[in-house]
Amino acid sequence: MIQLRVNGAAQSFNGEPEMPLLWYLRDILGLTGSKFGCGVGLCGACTVHVNGQATRACVTAMRDTAGKEVTTVEGLEKNGLHPLQRAWMQINVPQCGYCQVGQIMQAAALLNSKKKPSDQEINEAMAGNICRCGTYNRIRAAIKSAAGEMS
Amino acid sequence: MSGIDNVSRRRFLTGGIVAAGALVLGVRYFPKRSAGDELPHDTHADHATLNPSVYLGINPDGTVWIVASRSEMGTTSRTTLPLVVADELDADWKRVKIEQAIGDKRYGDQYTDGSHSIRSFYDAMREAGATARFMLIQAAAKQWGVPAAECETDLHVVIHRSTNRRSSYGELATAAAKLPIPKREDLKLKQKNAWRYIGKGQVSYDLEALVTGKAIFGMDARVDGMVYASVEHPPVLGGKVKSFDDKEALKVPGVRQTVAMDPFKPPPAFQPLGGIAVIADNTWAAFQGRKKLNISWDNGPNETYDSEAYKNELRATSHNPCKVVRNLGDTNAVFARGGKVYEADYYVPLLAHASMEPMVAVADYKDGKVTIWAPTQSPQGVQDTVAKELGIAKEDVICHVTLLGGGFGRKSKPDYVAEAAVLSKKLARPVKVVWTREDDIKFDYYNAVASMYFKATTGTNGKPTAWLQRSVFPPIPSIFDVNAVYGDPAHLQQGWTDIPYDLPNLRIENGPAKAHVRIGWLRSVANIYHAFGIQCFTDELAHAAGRDPLDYLLDLIGQPRTIDFNGVEYPNYNASMEAYPWETGRLRHVTELVAEKSEWGKRKHGKGTGVGIAAHKSFLTYAATVVEVEVNDQGEVRIPRVDVALDAGLVVNPEATRAQFEGAAVFGTSVVRTGEITATKGAIDQSNFQDYPVARINEVPYQTNVYIVDSDAPPAGVGEPGVPPFIAALCNAIFAATGKRVRDLPITKLGLS
Repeated sequence: MIQLRVNGAAQSFNGEPEMPLLWYLRDILGLTGSKFGCGVGLCGACTVHVNGQATRACVTAMRDTAGKEVTTVEGLEKNGLHPLQRAWMQINVPQCGYCQVGQIMQAAALLNSKKKPSDQEINEAMAGNICRCGTYNRIRAAIKSAAGEMS
Repeated sequence: MSGIDNVSRRRFLTGGIVAAGALVLGVRYFPKRSAGDELPHDTHADHATLNPSVYLGINPDGTVWIVASRSEMGTTSRTTLPLVVADELDADWKRVKIEQAIGDKRYGDQYTDGSHSIRSFYDAMREAGATARFMLIQAAAKQWGVPAAECETDLHVVIHRSTNRRSSYGELATAAAKLPIPKREDLKLKQKNAWRYIGKGQVSYDLEALVTGKAIFGMDARVDGMVYASVEHPPVLGGKVKSFDDKEALKVPGVRQTVAMDPFKPPPAFQPLGGIAVIADNTWAAFQGRKKLNISWDNGPNETYDSEAYKNELRATSHNPCKVVRNLGDTNAVFARGGKVYEADYYVPLLAHASMEPMVAVADYKDGKVTIWAPTQSPQGVQDTVAKELGIAKEDVICHVTLLGGGFGRKSKPDYVAEAAVLSKKLARPVKVVWTREDDIKFDYYNAVASMYFKATTGTNGKPTAWLQRSVFPPIPSIFDVNAVYGDPAHLQQGWTDIPYDLPNLRIENGPAKAHVRIGWLRSVANIYHAFGIQCFTDELAHAAGRDPLDYLLDLIGQPRTIDFNGVEYPNYNASMEAYPWETGRLRHVTELVAEKSEWGKRKHGKGTGVGIAAHKSFLTYAATVVEVEVNDQGEVRIPRVDVALDAGLVVNPEATRAQFEGAAVFGTSVVRTGEITATKGAIDQSNFQDYPVARINEVPYQTNVYIVDSDAPPAGVGEPGVPPFIAALCNAIFAATGKRVRDLPITKLGLS
């Protein structure tokens, strides 16, 4: 039995300890905000926070989440929208939108550690998140906008 | 479009609203159809009090339901088409609710592909909105006892100014519903200066849902009692299972059973590929079970396919006379006169779509009917394919369209949806089929590999006196006819037959190539390789002549004229030549505009930097792009700036259009940098983003400036036309910066990255 917290709520899991967190979230808890994109940690669509760190849920085994606090997009902001989500809307970032939750979760972790990231720091932090529609420049602008709002 | 038809009075309904087809935000489970639900295709619009069109309904509370009948994959058409309805209705956008249509022929064409949603549905949307507005005005006039001609509308209200009376759309809906539906010729469409939304645009209706994770993509669809399936496909197209052992697979916790899928009967079309499906309690267990399958394959005749040898075959074919597609003057006579000849081979490999959401579908077969939830660009195509696979009537296939996590043409082909339907029927329960990224890369309908040969002689100012171009590529019709080897007019037109240059001697040919993988549409399709070849060979000739590439390009485009396609098969993207003539003046204009905006020839470029230009019309839109690159000593290419000018006729949603052209530059970057699918012994070599990389944030143009020409011409496409000129302009910029001519994509072949 693996005990963990997901978006603040205690959960216990007694399935296969090797099951990736992503499938636990999506198929078992029904939290479908985190997306499946590659299954091998190369695209970032599944990005969630584990103890506050941006983590690829598709390659994180459930056994490694024991005692941890998992935050998904569903729990990113308790009240209304996170400043990044507002910035994403203001700058009209998404096209298809499939990768955007992962992008936002990655960006949220970045802003937790860096209040005012430079272009270079944004590029480095976000290089693991693919957007096939090509919204990258708007993503960068939205991160900067949110960083300005949050500081 | 003949979609205007008062359904509400033909159908008397007392039951509650069926939430079928609606992307009900925040609802994580799609409601299953109830037993008494005879009309699964009903929309809220159908049930609305005033329902003068299949696309539109208005309720007494003022809510306007607008049906999005085409698929949303990121181009914002799900928002932009309803915006046209709302404009003609003079509706308050805040009171509009959009619902997604299921696949149903009453909506007309739903095949969301080919950058034609706005072009093909602009008039129908305007008529739908204008019809409702007409009826609301009539209702108000009747109530007030004044002539309708004295009434007008403002935001969501009808007004009679001289008596200062006003009545809201909601208040008028019931009375309006009793009136006859006006004839199309009686409708008065708004004048341009009265437009509220057209030309101004609006952000995606789904924007908040997209950033909060509440939006429902195909991957997120689920129904009660469903099981999960993952299919091990034959590694070579047309392969079959010789024998298989599933003992170990069945030991994986959560795996329920395996199902052998029938191989397809050639041609492949959109049939499932066959193989072994693993059925499990969750997605991961299905994936794990697959890894434990032990399958022996009969690979069939495509096992001989090898990309390197195939490339040589295509090239050899292109070096000999081929089928003539279009001919002007006598190129052979000019070549026979001798003089300096320029020749070049250009090559683009197979390309995969790699939409961020892999293929996925949910199907629930029951009592001879199947209900489907799928991210599909073609719900009516799903109906056709699934009906055939299951041996049921098309009407018994109910296809709900979820949001698409990218499409780019891949999700036009419903093979993955058919898999879910077949499995649901076999298992007699709802099934969700989930493809892995590896499945997506290995079992795509690839953009065709193409080899092109160019030959020219030049005269005064280096201008071509004769120009020959030959292309050879396995054609898309090969998925429907195994003997199809020549390019078809619909794809030869894509930047090949319609080379826009004013040349006295021009010969365009196409040679045969047999397909060994499934070939399909990918964003911009044949325009990708055609524009690359033509626009880069043009740049070669400009440099050979010692001329400025912009000046040379404009010289070749020539003076404004309408291209004459008399005697040439030129489908014009299924648009009329009268409404959409090929006007070289518009191509010239966007080329001059982008040159001006990018300050062509005025900016200084140091060592290792350079700019390139290209112009290309596709999907009836004229576009020209200037790309600036920096290439360091390690051969790493950076793209500091892109400028693109476009003339797409009337642009309904400029913001969405800018986004499409920004995205096109990124899509093109992937093609140029790393886009390459290859096969060895018939099996695809690549599998995931480590060996089929797509561009990341640190690799893409740092800045893309988009300039939209203000035009009253009828609307054209915006999703695809940005890609082809970008690719060519980037390659021309690389030449300017390095002296290395990119003739083979991707640029890794030249030691660049």
